[in-house]
Amino acid sequence: MTGETTRPELLAVSGVTKAYPGVVANSDVSFSIKAGEVHALLGENGAGKSTLVKMIYGLVKPDSGSMRLSGAAYAPNEPRQARASGVAMVFQHFSLFEALSVAENVALGMENPPKLRDLASRIRKVSEEYGLPLDPDRMVGDLSAGERQRVEIIRCLLQDPKLLIMDEPTSVLTPQEVDILFKTLRQLSAEGTAILYISHKLEEIRALCDEATILRRGKVVATCTPRDRSAREMAELMVGATLTPPERGTKAKGDVALRVAGLSVASPIPFGTSLKNIGFSVAKGEVLGIAGVAGNGQDELLLALSGELRTAPGTLSIDGADVSALGPNDRRRAGLVAAPEERLGHAAAPDMSLVENALLSGATRQGLVKNGFIDWPATRSFAEGIVKDFDVRTPGTHVAARALSGGNLQKFVVGRELSQAPTVIVINQPTWGVDAAAAAAIRQAILDRAATGAAVVVISQDLDELLEIADNFAALNEGRLTQPRPVAGLTIDEIGLMMGGAHGMEVAHHAH
Amino acid sequence: MLGGINPAILIASLMVASVPIILAAIGELVVEKAGVLNLGVEGMMIMGAICGFVTAVATGNPYLGFLGGAVGGALLSLIFGVLTQYFLSNQVATGLALTLFGLGLSSMIGQGYNGIKPPPTGVVPLGPLSDIPALGRILFSHDWVVYASILIVAAVWAVLKYTRTGLILRAVGESHDAAHALGYKVIRIRMLAIMFGGAMAGLGGAYISLVRVPQWTDGITAGAGWIALAIVVFASWRPWRILLGAYLFGGITVLQLNLQAAGAAIPVQYLSMSPYLITILVLVIMSSGKGRASMNAPAALGQNFHASR
Repeated sequence: MTGETTRPELLAVSGVTKAYPGVVANSDVSFSIKAGEVHALLGENGAGKSTLVKMIYGLVKPDSGSMRLSGAAYAPNEPRQARASGVAMVFQHFSLFEALSVAENVALGMENPPKLRDLASRIRKVSEEYGLPLDPDRMVGDLSAGERQRVEIIRCLLQDPKLLIMDEPTSVLTPQEVDILFKTLRQLSAEGTAILYISHKLEEIRALCDEATILRRGKVVATCTPRDRSAREMAELMVGATLTPPERGTKAKGDVALRVAGLSVASPIPFGTSLKNIGFSVAKGEVLGIAGVAGNGQDELLLALSGELRTAPGTLSIDGADVSALGPNDRRRAGLVAAPEERLGHAAAPDMSLVENALLSGATRQGLVKNGFIDWPATRSFAEGIVKDFDVRTPGTHVAARALSGGNLQKFVVGRELSQAPTVIVINQPTWGVDAAAAAAIRQAILDRAATGAAVVVISQDLDELLEIADNFAALNEGRLTQPRPVAGLTIDEIGLMMGGAHGMEVAHHAH
Repeated sequence: MLGGINPAILIASLMVASVPIILAAIGELVVEKAGVLNLGVEGMMIMGAICGFVTAVATGNPYLGFLGGAVGGALLSLIFGVLTQYFLSNQVATGLALTLFGLGLSSMIGQGYNGIKPPPTGVVPLGPLSDIPALGRILFSHDWVVYASILIVAAVWAVLKYTRTGLILRAVGESHDAAHALGYKVIRIRMLAIMFGGAMAGLGGAYISLVRVPQWTDGITAGAGWIALAIVVFASWRPWRILLGAYLFGGITVLQLNLQAAGAAIPVQYLSMSPYLITILVLVIMSSGKGRASMNAPAALGQNFHASR
């Protein structure tokens, strides 16, 4: 990027404040972006990044403060106005319609879409120009996570945006897909499009971004040039504290605790992925990390392991005993506990208290039900133990699960499973949407359990997390699991290939 | 030939008999495509029946009567819309309450209208076309509502398939969060869909009291609204199948007498059960895995939307 000083300022945000009942999401935030600049917005979950970009995109109105776009006052009342002014946004979640085609999805995000047939040919043309091939007639529900993101990007590109906002774009991509995305973004930046890039992946930001604004608790705490800073420095600016990586004790591996062989099962989820011939084994004291881009069978694998989904006889055994036909409670009795990804509604009943939620999964192993009657005092002390041991910040165990913040509830549901002295632990996305301090505590707790002889399966989309805590590594790709390999000595490229490479995207970029 | 019934007359009367169900079902299809489940179709129909009847008797004009029926149904649906869209009440419970409320209110309004004849709705004069043997009797000797109902089905199909309005409506029913994120007014779109559904149900109700029966008695709709609801599922949310479903099941229940007289081998009770049995079957297939998507069901059906953050 040349001529830093000559580039005109595109967007200037000054003194923007937005408060919600009980929380100030943004307080006096100011920053500016030049044309063609790739600007990072850094911060932990809840730091106010999303609220800030929603204001720029017209979804939320600021309480005070002002914005200027290309020198003129800019205060969009709705996304339509933002789009008309040349601001486009690629969302992290919730902006595609699974049962509609790619072309229809693109049309919905445009102001004056051409006829669907003309639009389809424009989608083909633009998607190939930028190395993101797409078939406009396919149903979005049938696309992979990476392809879905392409739909969103193409939707934005068709409107020739001056500013492109990207909210956590790489959380669903394989490393190879990330490379391709970055090529596209650099191409856009060279053409003069400014990019506002939200992420908490610091190495990516160092590779891609020209400037960074760091938010903590709704306030701008620092601005920096990412290339000149180390990832650790930026992380500490984000968190406002020094971070210590989890410690892992040296441990001897025991006998095989969980063995899965030839597990195939159809997905019960609409647009889900069926599991195909999954096989692996985990020894006592071992942590197996399972990576994969979202929607490649992670949810289904958790259901099959937890017992919510039964599988053919002989496919699953714990300590040598076949448990394929057993349901969740019988599997708990056999020593397997599971923590699913979705905290509210799957791991915990939102409107029930922490005590009741502790009972729901702990009843079997903790003996909280006697002769059909609930032993409330024992249940209460079980719940209080979890709150104390896992540092769950809550006014008490009587509050509803819904009332806890994401990180605290996650500590509670993970803690609830780890507290049951299990022999096998299965966790899907242990630190999804959890702040760095809580994430470190959860990872440490998992490692501690493994050190005392539990076999652990961690399914996660966060590669750094898996490399930090896992002994062995495997990847899910379209419902198939690769052969587990020891983490030591694995390169990011090898991991990317295990995750399915770039899903046929290489060809397009080689053509350039 | 079915034991003495002239098939031309049978088909012709079947077309007339299914009009109220076609109208109510196509309205409910639009509502459900927008992601709202309004179980109050029966209530809106009977409100349309009484409002249409009262307007027609008061003005002596059947056309104003139909208009009054549509307005009555739409007004009742407005109550449902406000409760579910703005106050976020449960859609199933509110819909059921709407039916009970509509039945009661219509019976109250209808006091004193028993035994009165409404002004007649004439047959559309199609001249020589109606003299064609058989075909003339089946296709070209109906009142205008019969033709209008088919045109409305065609229009709904075309709007949903080809227009931007239809695309936005389907998008809202598919994922209200995504639609909101793109800046579409989810609540406003759903309110308009709900009122369209109410107007169509009201029109269907007015057809019963002004043409089918034609007079006012309490509970005159006799479950037609429930059949309409069932047919939307049977049609797997596709407009043309509404027409098919209405002719298959809507007509049959009303033609029980003809069939009995004709000595049909199947007990009529089985026929009146059939729409519901098939609905259950469709719902079972739908709930099994990928069925939901292939059934074309709106993914956000019955979920309330609240714009958070």
